Amino acid sequence: MGGPARPGPGRPLRLPMLDRLSLRTRRTLSAWAFLALPVAFYVAIRFYPTADALLTSLTDWNIVGPRRFVGLDNYRRLATDPTFWKVMGNTFQYLIVGVTVSLTLSFLVAYHLDRVRFGHALLRALYFVPHLTTAVAMAWVWRWLYQPVPIGVFNGLLVWAGLPQQPFLRSTEQALYAVLAPAIWAGLGFQVVIFLAGLKAIPQEYYEAAAIDGAGNWRALVHVTLPLLRPTVVFLVVVSSIAFLRIFDYVYSMTNGQGGPLDSTKPLVLKIYETAFGHFQMGYATAQTVVLFVILLAISLLQLRLLRSA
Amino acid sequence: MRTGKWLLVALGLTLAIAGTAGAQTVEIEYWQYTFAQRVQAIDELIKRFEAENPGIKVKHTHVPYDDFRLKIAAAIPAGQGPDVVQLFYGWLQDYLKAKLLQPLPTELFDSAEIERDFFPLVKQMKVDGRYYAVPTAVRSLSLFWNRKLFAEAGLDPAKPPQTLDELLVMARKLTKTDAAGNLLQAGMALDMGLQDHHWLREVLIRQMGGQPYSTDGRSVAYNTPAGHRAVAWYSDLATKHKVGQFGFLTDGVTAFRSGKAGLMIDGSFRLAAFDAQTGLDYAVTELPTHQGKRSNFASYWVNGITPKATGAKRDAAAKFLKFITTPAAMELWLEKVGELPARKAVAERDAIRTHPKYGAFIRGLAYAEATFFVNETAQRKLFMDMVDRVVLKSQPVPESVAQAAAEEQKLLDAFFK
Amino acid sequence: MSLAGGWGRRGRPTRTVVWTLLFLGGVLMVMPFVYMLSTSLKQNVEVYQLSLLPRAPTLANYRRLAAASGFPRWFLNSLVIAVLTTLSVLFFDSLVGYTLAKFRFRGRRLVFFAILSTLMIPTEMLVLPWYVMSKNLGWLDTYWGIMFPGMMTGFGTFLMKQFFESVPDELLEAARVDGLGEFQIWWRIAVPLVGPALSALAIFTFLGNWTAFLWPLISTTKRELYTLPVGLASFSGEFQTEWEMVMTGASVATLPMLLVFVALQKYIVRGVMLAGIKG
Repeated sequence: MGGPARPGPGRPLRLPMLDRLSLRTRRTLSAWAFLALPVAFYVAIRFYPTADALLTSLTDWNIVGPRRFVGLDNYRRLATDPTFWKVMGNTFQYLIVGVTVSLTLSFLVAYHLDRVRFGHALLRALYFVPHLTTAVAMAWVWRWLYQPVPIGVFNGLLVWAGLPQQPFLRSTEQALYAVLAPAIWAGLGFQVVIFLAGLKAIPQEYYEAAAIDGAGNWRALVHVTLPLLRPTVVFLVVVSSIAFLRIFDYVYSMTNGQGGPLDSTKPLVLKIYETAFGHFQMGYATAQTVVLFVILLAISLLQLRLLRSA
Repeated sequence: MRTGKWLLVALGLTLAIAGTAGAQTVEIEYWQYTFAQRVQAIDELIKRFEAENPGIKVKHTHVPYDDFRLKIAAAIPAGQGPDVVQLFYGWLQDYLKAKLLQPLPTELFDSAEIERDFFPLVKQMKVDGRYYAVPTAVRSLSLFWNRKLFAEAGLDPAKPPQTLDELLVMARKLTKTDAAGNLLQAGMALDMGLQDHHWLREVLIRQMGGQPYSTDGRSVAYNTPAGHRAVAWYSDLATKHKVGQFGFLTDGVTAFRSGKAGLMIDGSFRLAAFDAQTGLDYAVTELPTHQGKRSNFASYWVNGITPKATGAKRDAAAKFLKFITTPAAMELWLEKVGELPARKAVAERDAIRTHPKYGAFIRGLAYAEATFFVNETAQRKLFMDMVDRVVLKSQPVPESVAQAAAEEQKLLDAFFK
Repeated sequence: MSLAGGWGRRGRPTRTVVWTLLFLGGVLMVMPFVYMLSTSLKQNVEVYQLSLLPRAPTLANYRRLAAASGFPRWFLNSLVIAVLTTLSVLFFDSLVGYTLAKFRFRGRRLVFFAILSTLMIPTEMLVLPWYVMSKNLGWLDTYWGIMFPGMMTGFGTFLMKQFFESVPDELLEAARVDGLGEFQIWWRIAVPLVGPALSALAIFTFLGNWTAFLWPLISTTKRELYTLPVGLASFSGEFQTEWEMVMTGASVATLPMLLVFVALQKYIVRGVMLAGIKG
């Protein structure tokens, strides 16, 4: 496309009056012309509803009838609501355990898969395929897998190995992790592929230099690979964090929308859903969404700042 | 590309406009939750109604159960959604609070007539002297037993347990475990999320000598030794006697259907599902008594008219509602859905009273209570959590019951204030 | 460069062990699918037994699914919506990304950060205002109503901006000198140069729309308008205790994406990688 620049007079433009404006201004007009509809879209679809939600969080409203202004009451209520704190605890558990486990596993897989030539595409496919599924469908399958004997696969294996059965979704200690497992499982492939891309981008020269210095595999990993993977890691941490903080589909489908047993699996988004559409308390629910928003913002900014200070 | 976008907008607008196209006839919308037999029954009733009322068209929409309340709560205030709507009787208070119902027109729905013809539980639908909804059918609980499993366990397949003590003895005989103690076959299917919490609340507590709420319904009354006994007896089934396990085979219905549970407490709405299961040899009997006391829990789905129906639509809606609560409609409902007629005269016809399957439920209706729920979802969860704390966290029964009672009292107080 | 084939001082045995472990891991990853498919082919009685493969495989469940539900319609809905939304995103995100990358004007940074900040706003917070808006404008139960929130995305705009930045300015200047209008410059010169980015964006957008759940759930009441995930979730009431039907539904919902992946694996993976590098 395009060859050497051809000097000469340009063709006359269609709108003669624009001739009088400077090139700069014409370009600016074009830019704004391109941006006009999108900006209007974002304002109408993203910013206006955000403002609306913020305002609603200061009211008491049950969808029908008028909104009653109550100031910061909803937030005060949140501060003293024990389920809210339980739910925040759960959400952060999902975040910390989810991000740590999934990134560790995906890195391990990507690191070794990177060195494999034979069957590379097949192996990569095996790990990536779960990422293409719908959460709702997979939640059912995993729920089925967690059943106690005689129909559950996991417990069947445990019993066959002579180990005691586990309650999984029926236990207040295990349920959260049982719900987290398919979420990690589904995201693993995406992370593996991103890690593979990051590993691929490391120039071979660095490894050769390290080999000349007598560094073995382990030292090469620590001193070459990991530091150069930093942008990739930060990207994945940010993206996964946001995903785990917003976990909903899996919990909803695996616990009949209850977040049980005894609220042990309930994340913030499920509580929001329940408050809004179960108890019809819109003001209280939007206050919770604002909290979610603030947390997401804070975590993303924090992580981006960590990237800056490379 | 740009034309594509305009086409889209045009498409959207067309669809929107098409949806509001009016016609000469009055069109009303009926909404219920998705359940194959109920959908078929309503479709049939609509056919008959439209034949008798040529100027009225009824549009039938059914919504998946999980989203049912959400959709209605969002649609009606938006001026959309149903003119006639189905709701669980326990949701009446919520619906009234959210202004989703209007009082039934007295010309077609006379209070005295309703109270004379329908089972007494229907009185709960009367608020401030006006009725807001009426039922087509009612349900009660019965004890289901698997005759094949009985025979295999050496029990007489024609003799189900009559008392709670007998229930425990037979459940033990029906329980099968493997060498490591894992449950392979449950003596009794346990599931607080289905009907067991009703059984606990209205039956077991009463049979142990207590009552769930005060007579005026404003106070919790089960934080007593009787209440503790009831909860203890129920949770012992899983923890002490191990004749059942929560979550066994995913839920109670699956366990019983697949022939892996010998006993189960469920409602008449489950008959169709069990009948469809090939190879399941089951029968139904009244709930077991205890120390001579019997009780039962009755529930019912009702239909009401939403504020969206005004003028001609309101009249049409009232006519339709009247039609689906006639004796003929109830007979059709019984036949198709397996739920019992809400009119006493229809239900107590001999053919039904002595029916091998329906009979037990009808007889149970005679001494059944329908809980006045201020918030059925929350109150159900309270009971589920109460049992979960005992079973999963080994909390002592009196403590757990006291905790649940305190939380429920808060709910009641907030409602009655 | 990757270390493909580079094992340093470790030899064959280690390589075999690692490969085997990776393979076993991969098999574990797809086990749930195998089980799901296998259960969907089982007869009712066999479902509640712990066997990997059905003893008497049957397609009865699939037949029942096709007959009793709106699956074909839901599939179509999902397809139409995903395709249309993807086309819109490709068009607008690249247009905006290009504008932000290649034009200098006052307010440019503000617009960019504003659009980027929309990434932080969770959909869960917007869903209610969207519902009220849709209700007021009559958009409920329409394709448009399901699609409109996703017609342009901050993520795509950001991605495209990154890629357009590496398009040489000289090419664009040359085109201007030739007298091309700004729109034509974008459409004919810049866009073809970012092909890989466009295909990556297309894949992400399509996948995201195909599996979207919360908003399609809220914005539709009529069964004919359900998308696949919403229709699938509706099974949990009807067939709640018929697990073979649940598994069949899950299988049908998953198989299309699997087939697409098998056919387009190279492009899909490349697309994800590109996004990761530029992200």
